[in-house]
Amino acid sequence: MVTERAREFDTQDLLINVGPQHPSTHGVFRMVLEVDGELVKDVIPYIGYLHRGAEKLCETMDYRQGIGFMDRTEYLAAFNAELSYVMAVEELAGLEVPERAQWIRMILCELNRLSSHFMFLGAFGVDTGVMGTPFIYGWREREMLIDLFEEISGDRMMYAYFRPGGLAWDVTRNFKERVREVIKSSAQGIKDFDGLFTENEIFVARTKGIGYISAEDAIDYGMSGPSIRASGVPLDVRRDEPYLKYSEVDFQVVTGQHGDVFDRYACRLQEMRESIKIIEQCLDKMADTGPIMPEKMPRMLRTPPGEVYMRTEAPRGEYGIYLVSNGGNRPYRLKVRSACLSNLQALKQMSVGLYVADAILVLGSIDIVLSEVDR
Amino acid sequence: MTTSLWGMDINVWANAAIRLQIIVLVMTVVVMGLIWAERRILGRFQQRIGPQKTGPFGLLQSVADAVKLVGKEDLRPKNADPWTFELAPFLVFIPIFMGFVVVPFIAGWNISVLELGLLYFVAISSVNIVGWVMAGWGSDNRYAMIGGLRAAAQSISYELPLVLSLVSVAMFAGTMNLDEMVRQQAAVPYIVWQPMAFAIFFIAALAELNRAPFDIPVGESEVVGGPFVEYSGIRWSMFMLAEYAGLFIMAIIGASVFLGGYIWPFGEELGRGWQLMLISAKAGLIIFVVFWIRASLPRLRIDQLMGYSWKVLLPLVLLQVLVNGLILVNGWSEVILGVTGLAGVVALVTITGRAANRPRSILARPAAVKVEAA
Repeated sequence: MVTERAREFDTQDLLINVGPQHPSTHGVFRMVLEVDGELVKDVIPYIGYLHRGAEKLCETMDYRQGIGFMDRTEYLAAFNAELSYVMAVEELAGLEVPERAQWIRMILCELNRLSSHFMFLGAFGVDTGVMGTPFIYGWREREMLIDLFEEISGDRMMYAYFRPGGLAWDVTRNFKERVREVIKSSAQGIKDFDGLFTENEIFVARTKGIGYISAEDAIDYGMSGPSIRASGVPLDVRRDEPYLKYSEVDFQVVTGQHGDVFDRYACRLQEMRESIKIIEQCLDKMADTGPIMPEKMPRMLRTPPGEVYMRTEAPRGEYGIYLVSNGGNRPYRLKVRSACLSNLQALKQMSVGLYVADAILVLGSIDIVLSEVDR
Repeated sequence: MTTSLWGMDINVWANAAIRLQIIVLVMTVVVMGLIWAERRILGRFQQRIGPQKTGPFGLLQSVADAVKLVGKEDLRPKNADPWTFELAPFLVFIPIFMGFVVVPFIAGWNISVLELGLLYFVAISSVNIVGWVMAGWGSDNRYAMIGGLRAAAQSISYELPLVLSLVSVAMFAGTMNLDEMVRQQAAVPYIVWQPMAFAIFFIAALAELNRAPFDIPVGESEVVGGPFVEYSGIRWSMFMLAEYAGLFIMAIIGASVFLGGYIWPFGEELGRGWQLMLISAKAGLIIFVVFWIRASLPRLRIDQLMGYSWKVLLPLVLLQVLVNGLILVNGWSEVILGVTGLAGVVALVTITGRAANRPRSILARPAAVKVEAA
């Protein structure tokens, strides 16, 4: 029975609105935290602030025009997003991509993984509370990569460089030297982050043991990418369903053991080293000259009726394109399977029971890109 | 009633007014310099340049900022408590400036020499927390309220190690007169005999000043500026003024109590200009380390912060006080004190490292709230 006195001291939980304008929601994401003192009792995420209807818009345009929309769904790893889309179209149209174009695609996708993870490291570092330093470190390395992308595709973020069948145009003549140069600086950047974070007592104390999710739960939520690999599930589309030339290169699928925030960070850092290894192998195996488009390309790309689901391993996880065609030059239906959206579902389970500051770290450790969540 | 000011006999109240005016003017300039220095230094750490367009090396950046802030509208949220909201900046700002009364810049340049100067400083420097809580509560903003409560908890926890680390020096010096303490370090600065007390003083001072890695009350990525979130213009700049003035006074106190202040340990007493440069160099070193830490360390969590104070710093500093007492009572050599202090520093570093690298099984806390199965 509740006495009068007990009722007098009855406390009310506080609702804190984190976002859509908040420094650490990584875009226009909003979550309402129900807190008891400093402890999070409930998390209610709200998404949809960045919905632009990219999928529907693609249905009104021909296949080539859709590439630009794919760039904009996943602006931190646009090459990876384009790749899923063009591969889906190629699968439908039955196009054979020349070998050299495949190597170049692979190199660019892995470089994009590096740039995306650098962005994660920087933003996550700011979430943990370092004033700007990791952000600038990450930005510095990403800048090198983006400069390279600009040289090749002519754009810094929205490349539209992969085309159904191959590439828009050939890479620059000094491509190999430039890539070697850039991955050298990236390797140094990874080392810098290792020094800044991995053995930093406060960073370790803040990130270890929080935001835990078990392997079973991670699978149930449909998580993918580094977020699920940190829980010990060796799920990697590059190895499980090799596309491009991934079956010809040697790399490890990095997994964690604890499924906490630190492991998600460490997995990404290690994965970047693997990416550099992949790029080096690609550079060795790639021919210096050769076609980058099939010889006979139709002037207007038309696909036979049918449907296809094509998935690739983007930096944040499985980025899938479900494409339905009923003949003609535009998709009948396009659906993007977004890795971030699935990963975000686990947010509540990971952050309930933690402190407010930790909930922010958990959100940061999933590494969401809101334009991919909302599309 | 008359007192002397620069050799002149002058009315007591006029004297006080003149001295206070000097503090406020000097401090404003110093604070502007510190803000500029922090931005330049952080810029260097982060591979950028920092302010550079306003004046030579961007030196006038703070002036430009101040002009901008003064020109801004002084907003008050509709639901804010008018008195609490508007008084809070003053309650943060005034106690910090009151602390300057006893600070021994150089020989004979303090505003006033108090016999219990250290006690006065410690007492007055903790008053400003009232202003923080008022700002947090009065803003009618949830981020601000969480920030204000965090500030209160943090300040109470770290007041104790801060005071006790100063007490351990005061025991040894046998006085609380700051000027006297500085002069006692003519041969050897106290940091040599009390290294652990200095380490704890430094850590606790960081927490008292809400500087990184203890900037939990204002944590940008969590509570978006904490108690200041609703403030704008001149009121906001008062908080900033207080923050950097607090940093400066803490650095000067640290330099005076532990590093020997304006005293040159080798040979003759220095001239005034040299003394000023010496104390500036010592305080500047402390301030530089504070900026350095801000550029490289993440923020602690609130429970880790409290645990670190109550479970690590407080027992260690109490031990230091105990050792001091034993040595004073038995008349043992100072060398023992130095050795135990060094052992204390080693213990502090070891405990901190071990606390961070605990196995995950201990770290993982069971969820306080049950989550329904997915």
